[in-house]
Amino acid sequence: MTDVVPRQGALTDPVPEGPPSSQMRDIWHQFRKHRGALFGGGFLIFITLFVLVGPYVWPFDPQQLDIRNKDLRPIYVALWDGDAKVAWIHPFGTDNLGRDIMANMISGGRASMAVGWTAMLLSLIIGTAIGVISGYFKALDGFLMRFTDLVLSLPILPLLLVAVTLFRQPLRANFGPETGMFILIVTVIGLTSWMNTARIVRGEILALKEREFVLAARSIGTKPFTIIRRHLLPNVVSPIMVSATLGLATAIITESALSFLGVGFPSDFPTWGKILSDSVPRMAEFPERVMLPGLAISLTVLSVNYLGDGLRDALDPRIRGR
Amino acid sequence: MFTYTLRRLAISVPTLILISLVIFLLLELAPGDPMAQVPLTVPPDVKERMREALGLGEPMHIRYFKWLQQFFIIEPMHLIDHWFGTTFAEGSQRVISWQTRSPVMDIVVQRMPQTLWVVGMSYVVGILIALPIGIYSAYKQYSVFDQAGTLVSMIGFSVPPFFSGVLVIVIFSVNLGWFPSIYDTTHVVNDWDSFNIQLQQMILPVMVLALQTTAQISRFMRASMLDNLGQDYVRTARAKGLKEGAVVMVHVLRNSMIPVVTVIALGIPAIFGGAIITEQVFKVNGIGQLLITALFANDLPMVQTLTFIFAILIVVFNLIADVLYGILDPRIRYD
Repeated sequence: MTDVVPRQGALTDPVPEGPPSSQMRDIWHQFRKHRGALFGGGFLIFITLFVLVGPYVWPFDPQQLDIRNKDLRPIYVALWDGDAKVAWIHPFGTDNLGRDIMANMISGGRASMAVGWTAMLLSLIIGTAIGVISGYFKALDGFLMRFTDLVLSLPILPLLLVAVTLFRQPLRANFGPETGMFILIVTVIGLTSWMNTARIVRGEILALKEREFVLAARSIGTKPFTIIRRHLLPNVVSPIMVSATLGLATAIITESALSFLGVGFPSDFPTWGKILSDSVPRMAEFPERVMLPGLAISLTVLSVNYLGDGLRDALDPRIRGR
Repeated sequence: MFTYTLRRLAISVPTLILISLVIFLLLELAPGDPMAQVPLTVPPDVKERMREALGLGEPMHIRYFKWLQQFFIIEPMHLIDHWFGTTFAEGSQRVISWQTRSPVMDIVVQRMPQTLWVVGMSYVVGILIALPIGIYSAYKQYSVFDQAGTLVSMIGFSVPPFFSGVLVIVIFSVNLGWFPSIYDTTHVVNDWDSFNIQLQQMILPVMVLALQTTAQISRFMRASMLDNLGQDYVRTARAKGLKEGAVVMVHVLRNSMIPVVTVIALGIPAIFGGAIITEQVFKVNGIGQLLITALFANDLPMVQTLTFIFAILIVVFNLIADVLYGILDPRIRYD
C-alpha cells in the first residue's frame, strides 16, 4: 500500500552516536579554535610557573650582592661581542650592584603578578557587588549608577599618583615598606577599576531578572539573596570572567606605570616596572636590562588580552559552534 | 536636541562640583604636612604664621569654597582682564603655587602648548593612520591585512608606553642615531633647518602615542564598518549600479563614522592622562610632567588644580561626545 520511504542520513542511525556533549566541552572546543587564546593561556601558565617555581630552581637570592661580578652582560652577548664581560655563573648578567638579573626578574614577576591578581580580584568583587545590587534592587539603581558615572569621569591616573604619593608614608610606617606599599597599590587600583565590570554585570542582571526561572524562584518564596546566589550569579560568570582578564591586564600595566613614574614599590623590592625604570638611565650600555622586564610585561599583558578575546568567543553561546 | 543639550549641561555642573569635592577631600585627608620640610629650628609661632600665609589656617569648608571661588570666578576674570585689558580681578587672590609662589594658572598656560603640540599632533596622526586601516580591514575581513591589523592593534593595546617609548629610544636614537631622545621645548622654528630638527624630535613621542591611538580607533572603525557593510541600504546602493568606491567610501563610511567620531571625542581626555608617562619618557615639560614634579614637591594647590583640569576635560568631552552623537545620527534624538 504505502511506499516505504528509505531512511536516509542520520535517520539510519540506530542509536545516538555519542553522549550529548557537556557545556564545558563545548566551551573548550570553541576555545581551542582560537589560536591566539591558546597561545595566551599557555604563556600565562608558563609565566605563572616561572615566578612560582623559579626561586626554587634558580640558585641566586635577588638581594645578594656580588660586587666582583657587577655589570655582567648576558651570556649571549658574547656571540657577537667577544670583549663583553660575561660569566657562566650569571648567565643573564648582573646589575650595577652585582645582583643577579634573572633572580630579580623572578621576584619582580612575583610582585607584579601578585599585585595584578589581587587588584583584579578586588575590583571584580566591588564591580560584581555594585552591578548585582543596582541591577536587582531598583531602589538603589539610580544612585549606584550615578555614582559609577561619577567615578568614571574621575581622572584615574592623576588621582592614582596623588593617592599613592600622599598615603605612602603612613602605610609604610604601619605595615613595613613592602606590605604597606602592596596594600596601598592594590587598594587604589582595585578602587579605580571596577566601573566597567559593574556596568556589564548590571546589564546582564537586568535582562536575567525578567526571565521565567527567576519568576518561578520568586513565586516559591525564595529570598532575594538566594535568588542572586543560586540563579543570577552562575549566569553572569562568563561576562565576569572576560572582564577579569581585562582587569588583570590593566592592573599589571597600571602597577608598572606607577613604578615607572617612581611612586610604586621601593628599589629593594623590585617589580618589573621598577626594574625597567631603574635601568633606563644606563639603557645604552645595558639594553637587556630594559628589554627583559619590558618584554615580560608586554608579553604577559598581550597573552592575557588574547586569552580574554578567546574566552569571550568561547563563552558566548551564540558564537559557539560556528 | 537643544533641550537635551541644556539638560546634559545642567547634569555636568553637579558632577563637576562632586569631583572637585572628591579631589579636595583626598588631598585634605591625606596624612602629610606641607610644613614637614621646614627645619625644626623654626619656632612654632613662626611656623603657624607660615601655615596661615599658605592659606592653611582656615577650617576645611572655608578653604574648599575659597578654592572653588578662585578657580571658577577669579581665574576666568583674570583671563578676561588679560584678553581685553579690563580690571575685573584687580586685587583678588588667585590660586598660588607653593613651589614657585606664582599663580598656578600662569604656569599651566606656559606648559600647555608643549603638551598640546606633542599630544595633539600624535592624536591627529594616530587617527589619520587608524581610519584607512579600519576601513580596509573591514572591507577585506579575515584577509592577511586584517589579521595583521588585529595583531598590531593587540600589540598596541598591550605594550605600555613606558616600554614602547624606551624601546624606540634604544632603537632609533641610541643604535641608529636618527632622532634625538629628548624633546627640546626651547627649540625655536624660524627656518627650514630648524623645522627639520623640530620634526625629528617630534617623531618618537608622536610614534609612541600614535601607536596606542591607532590600536583603539582602528578596531572601532573596523567594527563599525562591519556593522554597516551588511545592511540593506548597501545592497540597494550596489543594486542601483553605484561604483564600489562610492558605496564604501560615501554610503558606508559616512554611517560608520558616527560612533567613531564620538569615540575620538571621548579619547581626547584619556590621551592627556596617558601623556603623563610619555612626557616623562621623552622629558617633555608639559602638564603631565608638571603634575609629577608638583606631587613630589608636595605642592597641593598645583596638584589640586591640575587634577581638576583633567576632570573638567573628561566631563566636557563626554558632553561633546553625547551631543555629537545626537547631532550626527538623527535616529538618536534624546527628546
